[in-house]
Amino acid sequence: MTTAPTLLLRGGLLYGETAADLLLEGGEIAAVGTDLEAPAGAEVIDVDGCVVLPGLVDLHTHLREPGGEEAETVETGTRAAARGGYTAVHAMANTTPTADTAGVVEQIARAGESAGWCTVRPVGAVTVGLAGERLAELDAMASSRARVRVFSDDGKCVHDPVLMRRALEYVKSFDGVIAQHAQDPRLTEGAQMHEGEVSAQLGLAGWPAVAEESVIARDVLLAHHVGSRLHVCHLSTAGSVDIIRWAKQRGIAVTAEVTPHHLLLTDESVRGFDARYKVNPPLRTQADVEAVREGLADGTIDIVATDHAPHPADAKDREWDQAAMGMTGLETALSIVQSTMVDREALSWRDVARVMSETPARIGRDEDQGRPLEAGSPANVLVWDPRPTTVVDPAVHASRSMNSPFTGRELPGRNRLTVHRGRVTVRDGALVEG
Amino acid sequence: MKHMISIADLSREEAIAVLATAEHMAQTQSRSIRKLPTLVGTTVVNLFFEDSTRTRISFEAAAKRLSADVINFSAKGSSVSKGESLKDTALTLQAMGADAVVVRSGSSGAAHLLAHAGWIDQPIVNAGDGAHEHPTQALLDTFTLRRHLRPGEPEAGLDGAHVVIVGDVLHSRVARSNVLLLTLLGARVTLVAPPALVPVGASAWPCEITYDLDEALGQGPDAVMMLRVQRERMVGGGFFPTAGEYSRRYGLSTARAAALPEHTRVMHPGPMNRGFEIAGDVADGPRSVIVEQVSSGVFVRMAVLYHLLATDSREDAR
Ligand SMILES: [Zn+2]
Repeated sequence: MTTAPTLLLRGGLLYGETAADLLLEGGEIAAVGTDLEAPAGAEVIDVDGCVVLPGLVDLHTHLREPGGEEAETVETGTRAAARGGYTAVHAMANTTPTADTAGVVEQIARAGESAGWCTVRPVGAVTVGLAGERLAELDAMASSRARVRVFSDDGKCVHDPVLMRRALEYVKSFDGVIAQHAQDPRLTEGAQMHEGEVSAQLGLAGWPAVAEESVIARDVLLAHHVGSRLHVCHLSTAGSVDIIRWAKQRGIAVTAEVTPHHLLLTDESVRGFDARYKVNPPLRTQADVEAVREGLADGTIDIVATDHAPHPADAKDREWDQAAMGMTGLETALSIVQSTMVDREALSWRDVARVMSETPARIGRDEDQGRPLEAGSPANVLVWDPRPTTVVDPAVHASRSMNSPFTGRELPGRNRLTVHRGRVTVRDGALVEG
Repeated sequence: MKHMISIADLSREEAIAVLATAEHMAQTQSRSIRKLPTLVGTTVVNLFFEDSTRTRISFEAAAKRLSADVINFSAKGSSVSKGESLKDTALTLQAMGADAVVVRSGSSGAAHLLAHAGWIDQPIVNAGDGAHEHPTQALLDTFTLRRHLRPGEPEAGLDGAHVVIVGDVLHSRVARSNVLLLTLLGARVTLVAPPALVPVGASAWPCEITYDLDEALGQGPDAVMMLRVQRERMVGGGFFPTAGEYSRRYGLSTARAAALPEHTRVMHPGPMNRGFEIAGDVADGPRSVIVEQVSSGVFVRMAVLYHLLATDSREDAR
């Protein structure tokens, strides 16, 4: 790797608040202040009016490698992440082979390192092969070079209560966390979309809110009982928000995430049977959208995570019940959060730094991420211009897959600059080869 | 009308127009030469991903009586069952020069997708998609009913009529299409089913819902439409404890049928589970119009193909 260049970012709004200059040198933030002197050889970039944030951290990304390279690779997925303003992603374990051994998680971490677009933190599977039957060697993954701290069977739910309890207990010794995909498998056999008025009309098998809420309720009680921390992936219903709120009031160590698509889209989108809107958990109702926005605004929901789930075109160009579940999200996430939360004054840019960088970094134990914009922090920085708008076109996305539910929508904000460990990875929306 | 996908796409005027054309078709079928030259030179493809001999034959007869060529493209033994996608099949049919595609699929939305995904330009007729809709079934049911309740009135709706639909509403595309069409034409609809077979969210439908068959029949409806209990679709199980218990509470038994007013008609879209949702002697009895529904099916499907394909019909529509 080449040594990081010296950059002086002139006039950006730190956390969207006060204007200041930021000097990046040697892979760190060297100085923050007004009218900073540009050192010899420094490149000065005028970022007047742009918002400066710590680089974004995604706790829930499907990079698909190994095994799903026709949908995404570590290389293409981390390029997409950089374009979205991310400097770290947590790569989910549902690959082929499953990321359930030290060998596989080290391979993924190494691939991320050599791609160089952002930090890749592998998530380890909770159970062998995601089969929900016996624990994977969690300690081996934690003490491997990949230093795994987040464990998840995402895509599948750890539905056996005894196994879930043991997993929660086991990861305490190395400060790990179980990230649960809350979905009761029996209540969702064959389920195709949120169960409600729209599913009744369309004749698609319903995916009831209770299938998510009942698992979350059980898990917060288990986490409380054994004194472990629990992370709830992509919660999607008003009832789930209520349960998390209840648990936090009781001091239970639970954190929760919401996806950008659940902040915006509803089950009404399913009416055209376009499988780009097919996702797990399913798109819910407008009342649920309002509830998750409110939960994110009041801190009940801790973070926004993308659940970026790329799929090749023929997995989506099908009858609804035969199509794959999932949506791409890395390259649109911040625009969605800006339009649904910031532009409606439900979150400030400082809050955005918290929910998309600082807290996900803390949950994932990413020491170099989500750090304050001050001298001595690693130079993981996003400069975001909230003023321009863009019409979403997956053809210009870096992701290998095209399954964005936001295609054709005009969304606010543009990535001016992503800096990962002092290296500029994206400039004015375009990737900068290293 | 470019396609026939969902009753929800139809206006009352369009529905009446199809029914009136079906009456006209019925009259032509009483002549000695039944074949009309209307669709000479056009090719209608029956694309059946789900086995349904009766529906396929009905569409085939309708197309042939309008002098169209018919190609049957069924799932069994074709590339469809070897994993070829709906998209590839559609592109093939487009390249072959099909003029219309009649599609039956176990997947809700399959017909909608064929019509709107941009794979094929031709008119699409939905011959049943999953548990979503079966619009020609609703049209033939309405056609049959109207002949009994509004005889000699080809432009009439069903204003003021009361229809009770009984059984496995959850899995029934027939019920969904009929609720929409009957209410579009002014009828009042009551759905009767055990609670687990009423879809969550159906309370928004424009009909009444009750769990009590005898209470509904006691209102003296003009027609009782029995639905087939689709046990093959009941994944997860437990919708009702036993066939016997279902039959006792929700079956149209001889005694229940005997208590109905004389003018009440009994309907069933077929195929029937005799002795389960409907007693055999009721199905064959004097108030049953079940056999007539089958012949209505051909007239209605002729009318639908006519509206979508006949040159003069399309010019009328402009
Ligand atoms: Zn998940």
